[in-house]
Amino acid sequence: MKRYFHEELEAVRSHLMEMGERAVESANLALRALEQRDLDIADSVIEGDDMIDAIETRIDEEVARYISLRAPVAKDLRLLFVAVKASHDLERVGDEATSIAKRTKKMLSSNETYRGLGRVPDMCELAISMLKEALLSFIQEEEDIAHQIIGRDKAVDALNRENFKEFVELMKDDPSKVDVYAEMIFISKSFERIADHAKNISEEVYFLLTSQSLKQVIKEETKS
Amino acid sequence: MSLASLRLQKEITMDTLAVESQKGDRNPSLIRISDFDFSYGDKQALFDINMDIAEREVTAFIGPSGCGKSTLLRCINRMNDLIESARIDRGKVEVNGVDIYDERVDATELRKRIGMVFQKSNPFPKSIYENVIYGLRIQGVNRKPQLDETVERCLKGAALWEEVKDRLDTSGLSLSGGQQQRLCIARAMAVGPDVLLMDEPCSALDPVATAKIEELIHELKNEYTILIVTHNMQQAARVSDRTAFFYMGNLIEMNATDQIFMSPDKEQTEAYISGRFG
Repeated sequence: MKRYFHEELEAVRSHLMEMGERAVESANLALRALEQRDLDIADSVIEGDDMIDAIETRIDEEVARYISLRAPVAKDLRLLFVAVKASHDLERVGDEATSIAKRTKKMLSSNETYRGLGRVPDMCELAISMLKEALLSFIQEEEDIAHQIIGRDKAVDALNRENFKEFVELMKDDPSKVDVYAEMIFISKSFERIADHAKNISEEVYFLLTSQSLKQVIKEETKS
Repeated sequence: MSLASLRLQKEITMDTLAVESQKGDRNPSLIRISDFDFSYGDKQALFDINMDIAEREVTAFIGPSGCGKSTLLRCINRMNDLIESARIDRGKVEVNGVDIYDERVDATELRKRIGMVFQKSNPFPKSIYENVIYGLRIQGVNRKPQLDETVERCLKGAALWEEVKDRLDTSGLSLSGGQQQRLCIARAMAVGPDVLLMDEPCSALDPVATAKIEELIHELKNEYTILIVTHNMQQAARVSDRTAFFYMGNLIEMNATDQIFMSPDKEQTEAYISGRFG
């Protein structure tokens, strides 16, 4: 029997999806601002972060209310835990995108030119695809999608290391651009963190769908 | 499942997020209890009760046994008149601005406006049909079309029609416990009350029957003002808009149910709802 208050769970799911879409959009725009050297786009990322934060707060309130009033159990309860954890990850994605936008603005305002972006666009594409698929596994309730995201985090980490080396070399080549390339190292790190959050969300969704720890499952699979 | 199917109908903005989190609006007050003291013989059962109950809201009374919640409920339709030692020491109960203990108020008429459903379902040993229209028969209503219409409307309203429409002439006692309780709700609805008082209506029911009654309460609040006494705090949390916590005859706290269960003002309330009482 579907109870009248089950609509409240749907509202939590819906808010989480809304937040996910906004976080993905934010990360995409942050890269565009960097690639196109566009201050307006960077500003839109910074402004959009308040909305992401507000949805997180709303989800926290909805979850606290549902747990207090509805005594959820089993999958309903897991959904609420996942909503709190995943919304925190998405809020961090928004923060990382904002950080990228602010660093982009700083670089643009210093009038220092920067030569290439290293593998940052590739990292961004990979991180965002991980994030989108983590959200897709949530919508479609398919744990296999969540499972296959995990391995891709290593590729993002490798790209970040590659970037680090490249930007350090560029600093050595032209010490007057140390500030610019230091910002690029931080930007690269921000995209690497976005991928980490996507990985976290995958683990959270996997737990929602199976009641199992994805880390533990992968450990067991590796053993056998 | 598509992403679109999960999205809320309206676009989320800062404004809607803020507005949705404010739930301060209330319907107009229907029942007002002021400075109310009540005793059974020498024993005072209620102390200085003050509360407003808004129309078309569900209000839950919670508290440990003997705290006075059922006593207060029964004061609202003067059921306590039937107890010889019962006595109002002070204060009044007003419904729609009328003091229901005024000597000009007819208690029988009052109980038509304020129906009651008890802990144990109590259908009469009559057919389902006759159970529903019992109150109308007493009032002298005998027109078949009117009675038929009332039976169908009230059984539908009590979410029982589909289960019994083909056997209206069988005994009300042949129904399951949950169905009997819904039959009693239909019977209370038949005389056209404004208020339904429910004294632990689910305490004898299994979880499935309880869920049906709770769904029914949720539906009925569009038309009726409902007061429910319950020992099941999760039930109070699920079904009510406002909750009143009683202890030893005192109203300790009354507030929006969200507020009571998420962040009560009084330590005693918090201790009770979190099971740390006593």
